[in-house]
Amino acid sequence: MTPLHLTATALASAVGAGSAATLDALRQERSSLAPCDFEEIAIGGQIGRVRGLEQVELPAGFGEYDCRNNRLAWLALQQDGFIEAVRGAIGRHGAGRIAVVLGTSTSGILSAETAYRARDPATGLLPDWFRYDGSYDLFSLSRFVADRLGVTGPAMTVSTACASSARACLDASHLIASGVVDAAVVGGADSLCGLTLRGFDSLDLISPERCRPFDAARRGISIGEAAGFALLEREPLREGGVALLGIGASTDGYHMSSPQPDGIGAEQAMRRALASATLDAADIHHVNLHGTGTRANDLMEARAVNRLFGSDVPCASTKGWTGHCMGSSGIVEALIASLCIENDLLPACHGLETRDPEIALDLERHNRTARIDRVMSNSFGFGGVNVSLVIGRPAR
Amino acid sequence: MRVSLIGAAVRAPGLGSWEQARAVLAGELPLDPDALLDLPPPALLSPNERRRAGLPVRLALAVCEEASRMAGHEPGALPGIFGSSNGDGAVVHDLLETLASADPQLSPTRFHNSVHNAVAGYWSIATGSSAPITVLGCHDATFAASLLKAASECVAEAMPILLCLYDAPMKLPLGALRTTTIGLSAAFVLAPARPGAALADLDIAFTPDAAPPEPEPIAPGLRSLWRQNPVGRGLVLLEAVTRKQPVSLAFPYGRGQIAIVVQP
Repeated sequence: MTPLHLTATALASAVGAGSAATLDALRQERSSLAPCDFEEIAIGGQIGRVRGLEQVELPAGFGEYDCRNNRLAWLALQQDGFIEAVRGAIGRHGAGRIAVVLGTSTSGILSAETAYRARDPATGLLPDWFRYDGSYDLFSLSRFVADRLGVTGPAMTVSTACASSARACLDASHLIASGVVDAAVVGGADSLCGLTLRGFDSLDLISPERCRPFDAARRGISIGEAAGFALLEREPLREGGVALLGIGASTDGYHMSSPQPDGIGAEQAMRRALASATLDAADIHHVNLHGTGTRANDLMEARAVNRLFGSDVPCASTKGWTGHCMGSSGIVEALIASLCIENDLLPACHGLETRDPEIALDLERHNRTARIDRVMSNSFGFGGVNVSLVIGRPAR
Repeated sequence: MRVSLIGAAVRAPGLGSWEQARAVLAGELPLDPDALLDLPPPALLSPNERRRAGLPVRLALAVCEEASRMAGHEPGALPGIFGSSNGDGAVVHDLLETLASADPQLSPTRFHNSVHNAVAGYWSIATGSSAPITVLGCHDATFAASLLKAASECVAEAMPILLCLYDAPMKLPLGALRTTTIGLSAAFVLAPARPGAALADLDIAFTPDAAPPEPEPIAPGLRSLWRQNPVGRGLVLLEAVTRKQPVSLAFPYGRGQIAIVVQP
């Protein structure tokens, strides 16, 4: 594929809002995970909760979109000059030549959870304040972001579980490559809700302690929330920036919620990403693993990485910092990869104490300093969806 | 973007196999207003999964299999774009009721079936496929967005693409806010434009302004189906394709539109 330059980015997760706060947390090896205190959901474990989200107000005139997920999206959008950068892109391309392609798994479902607890006892109907279109529906996220940014190109919401925002990058690249648009705002948002917390609890996949990806004693995931955005354009705005160089996707065709144990689909997604970037495995300097902290995911992902890269490429899961941010994890980790490239940072696999002896990957407990030019970033989801992104400095 | 439509299928009350549905869509047969949705259990799924397959899965698998075979591709061989405005609204409703109850413990199977891409997941499991699939949820713009996305992927990757649209009835109370009262699905296989044996050639373009009114099906019976399901918008395109007349269609998409020139 033609490299797509990340000409502007924005993100907010529990480690902080904006790239400076995120980089600071990474450098300080400071996790955001804390005991679950969300909505009195007593499932144990830890969460990456964005503090103060309840107080965030949507901009005036956008009240119809109010829900936790869009507040998180709005918090992220305000970071790092993103809104101004999109205004610049509108000037270059025209508002109608920019797409908005965003991933979410649960959008505003927390609003429906609250509304279902407030049904009319006589009719069973939902309270008047509940807005299906604006605050619950999957499309609400993309409509809100497009409207606020003043972008009028095609808007779409992609929902492929935990691979949603990574897959949104691939869908946006098709819209650009086919000439439908010249640029795209990609990314996504997923926020804490009862469905996700209790759903993963029902599958026995929530770690009672802070998640510890690839550790011998890992016991599951810690759920986080985050939103992240990137503006993708064919032409860079400055020298030395980072671009999306390749994208690969596959499906497992195996099981709804368990990955294929040998990581065949994961390997295929990574191979397709390399082919799409016209790169070899040796060109990848770091792998940002999906690394959820479940026994099954980490083992299959290690096998897939070993077959493609051997065991010497530096790897890390950054979910020990942010928690597993569901549909937004793909964009969050792509943006973390971009920060790592620009700051010579090989991140630690946070939470790791003793590497699982069955896992032969180069993982470290603490950050390292090294020049890295290209990162493979993996996202896998329920339904057997696998997406791998190659982020890096484009060849001159 | 020019693409060739090389496979199509539809399921709705009164619309079954392509042979029968084509005749109704083309106006050669009337739609039976009393017909019920007739969906065989999906033979592609294992017996265990077949028994548990909900309506969205059965709706989607029936059209995906039929349209793929019509296009000369093994089921699961093509990359997929799945579009559904409501996902499995019935499963989501059940989970929301449980979450609001005194015992909010969820069923793990229901939970994994509630993800918007569950139906696409069952399609790839049923066919043992590794082909990439994306799944869109764009409210009333789901048909327009999914068709635009499918055409752009077909052009960008220069390969045939399976587009599947489905929506199943919603339960109250969400159903009071999102009218979907019948099950309906449609599948389209798009290929890079080529001369010869296609159902039609489609020229598809997005324009960021001038949203037109929603185009309606010609046949009154189809108009009734169209009103009852958000992805029923696909019936307008199917009707145009089967009537073998060049026609220009315009579907609203946000504040803009998708214009489609259908060349039989």
